[in-house]
Amino acid sequence: MKILTGNDLGSGAVTWWNGKGWSLFVDDAVDVGEDADEILARETAARRVNVPYAIEASIDAAGHVRPAHIKDRVRALGPTVRRDLAVPTAGKTGWDWVI
Amino acid sequence: MYQYDQYDQAMVDARVEEFRDQARRRLEGKLTEDQFKPLRLMNGLYLQLHAYMLRVAIPYGTLNARQMEALADIADKYDRGYGHFTTRQNIQYNWIKLDDAADALADLAKVEMHAIQTSGNCIRNISSDHFAGAAHDEVADPRPYAELLRQWSSFHPEFTYLPRKFKIAVIAAEKDRAAMRLHDIGIRILKNDAGEIGAQFYAGGGMGRTPMIAPLIRDFVPLDQLITYAEACLRVYNRYGRRDNKYKARIKILVHELGAAEYTRQVEEEFAHMLSAGVEPPREELARIAAYFNDPAFVDGPKTIDRSDPDFALWVDRNTHRHKHDAYVSAVISLKPVGGIPGDATSDQMRLVAKLARDYSFDELRVMHTQNLLLPHVRIADLPALWAALDAAGLGSPNMDTIEDIIACPGLDYCSLANARSIPLAQRITERFAANGRTGELGELKLKISGCINACGHHHAGHIGILGVDKKGTENYQLSLGGSEAEDVSLAKITGPGFDEDGVIAAVETVTDVYLGARQDGERFLDTYRRIGMEPFKEALYG
Amino acid sequence: MVDARDLGTSPDEVQFRFRDDEPADHGTITVDACCDQTNATAVRIEPGDDARVLLPFLDRLALIEVNFPGFGDGRGYSSARILREAGYTGELRAVGDVLIDQLSHMRRCGFDSFAPDKRLDEDDAARAFATWEKVYQRAADVRRIIADIRHEA
Ligand code: SF4
Repeated sequence: MKILTGNDLGSGAVTWWNGKGWSLFVDDAVDVGEDADEILARETAARRVNVPYAIEASIDAAGHVRPAHIKDRVRALGPTVRRDLAVPTAGKTGWDWVI
Repeated sequence: MYQYDQYDQAMVDARVEEFRDQARRRLEGKLTEDQFKPLRLMNGLYLQLHAYMLRVAIPYGTLNARQMEALADIADKYDRGYGHFTTRQNIQYNWIKLDDAADALADLAKVEMHAIQTSGNCIRNISSDHFAGAAHDEVADPRPYAELLRQWSSFHPEFTYLPRKFKIAVIAAEKDRAAMRLHDIGIRILKNDAGEIGAQFYAGGGMGRTPMIAPLIRDFVPLDQLITYAEACLRVYNRYGRRDNKYKARIKILVHELGAAEYTRQVEEEFAHMLSAGVEPPREELARIAAYFNDPAFVDGPKTIDRSDPDFALWVDRNTHRHKHDAYVSAVISLKPVGGIPGDATSDQMRLVAKLARDYSFDELRVMHTQNLLLPHVRIADLPALWAALDAAGLGSPNMDTIEDIIACPGLDYCSLANARSIPLAQRITERFAANGRTGELGELKLKISGCINACGHHHAGHIGILGVDKKGTENYQLSLGGSEAEDVSLAKITGPGFDEDGVIAAVETVTDVYLGARQDGERFLDTYRRIGMEPFKEALYG
Repeated sequence: MVDARDLGTSPDEVQFRFRDDEPADHGTITVDACCDQTNATAVRIEPGDDARVLLPFLDRLALIEVNFPGFGDGRGYSSARILREAGYTGELRAVGDVLIDQLSHMRRCGFDSFAPDKRLDEDDAARAFATWEKVYQRAADVRRIIADIRHEA
């Protein structure tokens, strides 16, 4: 699947396109298929998100949205060396999910 | 140390307001991200993996207690209670909001600090010897020259859109503690045969994708021509540095492609022209700045310590450095606890260090390029009390320049350019060597880790270097040996095929085994490597 | 998008001008053409051009345009200063991708007219030109620098 991610313009927080707006949780990400470019252009113009981009992802065995690249998995959870600062849903997937 | 006058303060204040206005225009949509990015970068604001990151300059690594406390307050007020000290003698905050950035800069300006030109294709924060003003072996304090350069390079109208970033280091001793020759320009302050002080210029060094050691381009620049010479170096670079390829845009490529002799010829020609144009600030300015760096009022005292506590004695042996006054030492505050994150400090630790600077070091602190902190002027008589306070706060690791004193960049845990994580490697390696008890036996062994080819972790200059690479979407690590950032500068060579995380940690242990087996009297790891070469290490690693 | 026809080839498109003389109204030619044409009075410098090639002709030039095809290419700042250092007193115009936040530095490097591709917000520009009340380093604007002020009298 193809999902969209970026950082919130004001706060810088990592966000994921949930079909209507931008969520802090990767599990909310939806498959945008062919619409990626159109949504990216529109959302950039609306200044809700900074440098958004489309990435490949899949649904893993446990039903979680899993970005294909490790960089985006780190973004989804937070720094692996500061688990106390993780995105609140990080517990659902566990940290091994990142690697 | 240097104090702002009304003019310096006005410059920094103006910059805060300028940035506030730029951020407003960005949020109002008057600036695109492409237009805003270079502006926020010139104010130290990056967009990293998880958030905006603010990089604050600590000019030539010097700050006072009040400034350190302000850094702690910013960590609490705008960030998450901690900061990361970098190899460029800066501090980075990882969780700053764009909406707050101008306020954070305003708070910094109140204590004569800023984030100006900590990024972007401009002249960056000037770095220097962390022992400046305290070292027994310097010909002069290099910081007045660094400050003169700081003012000259701040908001320089001609050199704000250079082909690429530009880093300058200034030292004033034979020993190089600032990786001077791995900078775009390295300046060594020295005395000539006539006893006059001047500046030696090296140009075209750097790490990154194509590491190079800067060649000497001028043996002696008189002090009243220092700015003029720097200006000539920069103008030649601004005009002729490559702009067609980001990876070939640093001055090292220009110097390399032209040859040092031709680059020097062009600089000298421009220099002659600029001497007649007259760009140097008045001579008295250097004297005015230098007066701020006069020695504090040192007093005599005991010159030895009581060695009855072995832990204390070990810390003194490892973490203190000879001072120009024999009743004093410079004391390194390690930010490298075993299993910790190299260079990270909590706001509470920053406040404690500030207090210790007030109590024991004439209100002065330094940030080292090794991601540690330093109290430059500590009475030997005060060392027991200082050590007790540091030890209680987890800041007393006796590991300076050992394998536990690892430099590691933020890597894939924070950095948007990273290929692999750096910090977990540092954590596991320090744990491994603390557990096997070899740290002391290995002696001076500088291990440096970068999460990508940008080399913020100085891996090219590590006795042992580790570089994170992306191998089909998984983290992989290249091992290299034989680098040095010191006066015996050299670039590390790659051992061979890379390793996964477990593999590279085992490989580090293997190379230390080879060293211990082969070393001769008093040899450091680096000396042994230079004597026996790469083969025995390769054999043990891949054999 | 940069369209060559829009690039300040007539004074009408100049948005900011800090000169009292009549705007030079000349078509602009390339540096190469300028060196061949003994009567040309206006020329346009591209980032890769060596501004010093023009030094023998400065007397007859009334307008030099320095093109910034992209704002991140800073070669034009050196070109401008070199011309002013050589004594050029005619109009020095920044054209192309000239944005608010480059104005104050351009002014310091000797530009005295500005023809941006896209018109700039007047208020934002006024603020930008006034950003630096005092300055640290010498440049083409021959202002007394902070270090001079500190040590006078
Ligand atoms: S070396 Fe690479 S990964 Fe590490 S901080 Fe620098 S840019 Fe980021």
